[in-house]
Amino acid sequence: MKNYIKYFGILALGMVACEPEFENPVDDQDAYTSGEADFSNYVALGNSLTAGYADGTLYLSGQQNSYPNILAQQFAKVQETNGFTQPLVADNSGGLLLNGTQLPGYNTRLVLGVSESGPAPRNYGGAITTDVSNILTGPFNNMAVPGAKSYELLAPGYGSMEALMQQRANPYFVRFASAPNTTVVADAIAQDPTFFTLWIGNNDVFLYAVSGGVGVDQTGNLDPSEYGRNDISDPQVFAGAYSQIVSEMVEAGAEEGVLLNIPDVTSAAFFNTVPNNALVLNAEQAAGLTGYFQAVAGIFTQYLMSQQVPAAQAQAIASQYAITFNEGPNRFLIEVPVTQTNPLGFRQMTQEELLLLTINQAALKQQGYGTAAITPQVMEVLGILQAGGQPTQEQAQLVLNAVNAIDDKDALDQSEIQAIDAATAAYNQTINQVAQANDLALVDMNALSIKVSNEGIPYDAGTLTGEFAVGGLFSLDGVHFTPRGYALVANEVIKAINSTYNATVPKVNIGNYKTITPSND
Amino acid sequence: MLTVFALASAVTYAGGYRVGVQGQRALAMGHTGVAVVNSAELGFFNPAGLVHLENQLTISAGVSAVFAEVAWQNSDTGDIARTDNPAGTPFYFNASYKLNENLALGLSVYTPYGSTVKWEDDWAGSHLVNNIQLQAIYIQPLVSYKIADFFSIGGGPIFVTGSVNFNRNLTRTLSDIDGNRSNVTIDASGVTEWGWSVGGLFTFTEDLRLGVNYRSEIIMHAEGGEADFENIPNTPLAPFQDTTFDAELPLPAELTVGLSYELNEKWLLAFDYNRTFWGVYESLDIQFANGTTSTNPRAYEDSSTWRFGAQYEATDKLTLRAGYYFDESPVQEGYFAPETPRNDSMGFTAGLSLDVTSRLAIDASFAYIRFDEVDASYNHYIDENGQNVPFGGTYKSVAFIPGIGVTYKL
Repeated sequence: MKNYIKYFGILALGMVACEPEFENPVDDQDAYTSGEADFSNYVALGNSLTAGYADGTLYLSGQQNSYPNILAQQFAKVQETNGFTQPLVADNSGGLLLNGTQLPGYNTRLVLGVSESGPAPRNYGGAITTDVSNILTGPFNNMAVPGAKSYELLAPGYGSMEALMQQRANPYFVRFASAPNTTVVADAIAQDPTFFTLWIGNNDVFLYAVSGGVGVDQTGNLDPSEYGRNDISDPQVFAGAYSQIVSEMVEAGAEEGVLLNIPDVTSAAFFNTVPNNALVLNAEQAAGLTGYFQAVAGIFTQYLMSQQVPAAQAQAIASQYAITFNEGPNRFLIEVPVTQTNPLGFRQMTQEELLLLTINQAALKQQGYGTAAITPQVMEVLGILQAGGQPTQEQAQLVLNAVNAIDDKDALDQSEIQAIDAATAAYNQTINQVAQANDLALVDMNALSIKVSNEGIPYDAGTLTGEFAVGGLFSLDGVHFTPRGYALVANEVIKAINSTYNATVPKVNIGNYKTITPSND
Repeated sequence: MLTVFALASAVTYAGGYRVGVQGQRALAMGHTGVAVVNSAELGFFNPAGLVHLENQLTISAGVSAVFAEVAWQNSDTGDIARTDNPAGTPFYFNASYKLNENLALGLSVYTPYGSTVKWEDDWAGSHLVNNIQLQAIYIQPLVSYKIADFFSIGGGPIFVTGSVNFNRNLTRTLSDIDGNRSNVTIDASGVTEWGWSVGGLFTFTEDLRLGVNYRSEIIMHAEGGEADFENIPNTPLAPFQDTTFDAELPLPAELTVGLSYELNEKWLLAFDYNRTFWGVYESLDIQFANGTTSTNPRAYEDSSTWRFGAQYEATDKLTLRAGYYFDESPVQEGYFAPETPRNDSMGFTAGLSLDVTSRLAIDASFAYIRFDEVDASYNHYIDENGQNVPFGGTYKSVAFIPGIGVTYKL
């Protein structure tokens, strides 16, 4: 009789061990296919956008949500891989130290703080603990270096501490370069990659844009050693570097890969958050400003005439400064180069010109930044003029000096936008040709960036747009993406892989990835 | 953001996953028993039958181990998740004491709701549930009275004491500065309530009986339960602070009608039909002490279970049993949530009783619950921006329930 119980127990235990099993489990080896691609050793090359940089810095959870890391997790659902390593920073504060001291310009991440005046980005108050002098031991699958330009991926010494001390290297690469004199690409190919993604060239034009165009458009100058940080790289310099990076990767064995082209730079939230017509005036204010600029024109006419310029010509030149303001929104004034036709060096912005996110918005609202800083003394002179009086030379100068047009560094004017667009188009033409020549997949980030800012990308909980802070795509620096934005990039890469290599890599649900981080800490 | 407080369905789980384990003898026969006069298990199935038990004192007690697991996957994203549920241990104790030929008194203690669903924290459906534990203990004094040879009635009040502990993430994405997901645990214990059950048993012949049993609806009122928020970012934009909550959790009424027929000395056949009045469960509304309310549509519908059982006396000491049931899910399309991973199921059961002495028998049972693989979704989650975000995928569940008990007669 005891036997019955025994058998019953064995039966029970045997069945208890069973798990619910799907007919077609997604973790089955054949659930998905990598097609002609081989993801077993995936290496990512790029800049901040590939590193997972967000909110103005590199921090741990940003890296964990980098698009290469998201991709690697999806690749692991398709085939057995060697894993995916990243040169992780030490914390979620962001920022960098060098030998215990904060590196200037490498501050903590931006978070959305809430104060009495409402929500606004601010720097997180946590301690910075990532020290550049703490060199990591690789290899790292994610070889992205924030701040890198195209040709810098091939530059020996770009990860050298010695060169960093002379401000000729990149602290992010110093952290994980295998040797002081190595290059990013050399460290990448040393890993015998089977697959790669490359998203580089953004900084060749982008740093110029975010500087407000204070850099130089180096188109025509083929010597990058003469370039400043904020300059636009010559398209031939870009093309040479880009082709070399790709051919070295392909020769190293990564015959399949994905190239991502350069987004439409000016579609970033960084350039589209502060409108150029945010000067909202009531009728009285408009009349006051109009009167002031009439005075400017009048004074300048007289000045020109005093410099022996014929009256008609003097009036013609000075009349451009008699700017009329209307009740409601008005465009700001910006500084432009002083020329013979614009001797005072300012004018009203045109419709397509852009203001930068970093502009002092309080000054725009309260200090006449973008129009004129009209002091009581200026008012006095205006009163004299109105009464038909003649101001002294000093008083006249006071009026002219009150013009407070927006600095070049805070705006992108037409010529700067043209230079950006021209360089971007040239780079993208190169990327397209290199992709075709090497049978690599191409992701048109340029078209995607325009689509996001124009109509948005629908997902399961709404629409992802480029609107600052609330749209979901851009992190609080207005340039780099949120985890949800990077998940979108990962899906675009997957789409390109699947169509180019006959693979069936599953996409991610971008709604499961977070956007900006609110914090009052 | 306040809508994120869905307590989901503590009760849903219980109801949706209620596997009848209120007696090893009955369970072995497909959990039939409303018309089977066999043991003190009648205290649960139909107290009208207690008066028909032969012995003056009959006690049935036992415990089962519920091994129930659920798997979820989404082939679009390649995500897969499996529950890691600890074994549930529902138990029962039934005693019946015959005062005279026409009157018996009894006491039953049973745990019709008591199980755990534990997904991996932060899994894809973590905004609906990370884990949930629910327990309800029913304590019921009983009286059973034979009105006539062919008809008896029985019943009694039910005292319920229950507890719930439920954890889920607040949204799909909210986290603290380090990326730890913001979550809430809702905990209420010592929730008590009263209900009742009443049954009738018709004995047409010595071989054929018909039973009817009705167990009342019991609405559990959880008052002053604790809501504990973790990993909340320090910002007025996520104003979550530990608080208390009130909620009502309905345990629906159940009507059972069934037959038993003794084919001969050795064979007995039984059939039960259950109707569970799940329609009462329209929505789960949770009121927080800070004045906010979370409304979570459930829209259950009344459901039926058809049960079949057979018993065979193999020897004078060994009785074998087997059964089958078909259990209709109360969960409707579009309301399929991962803490209620319940579609229609079939139960296959078997068991035996072994008479150790003339007074003491050991009862053992085993049940295998089979669920079809089903593509389903919950379409009523409202996210922090007021957007309705469905959560769907493919579900597959399975449950095994071995159990052991004793029957003692005096």
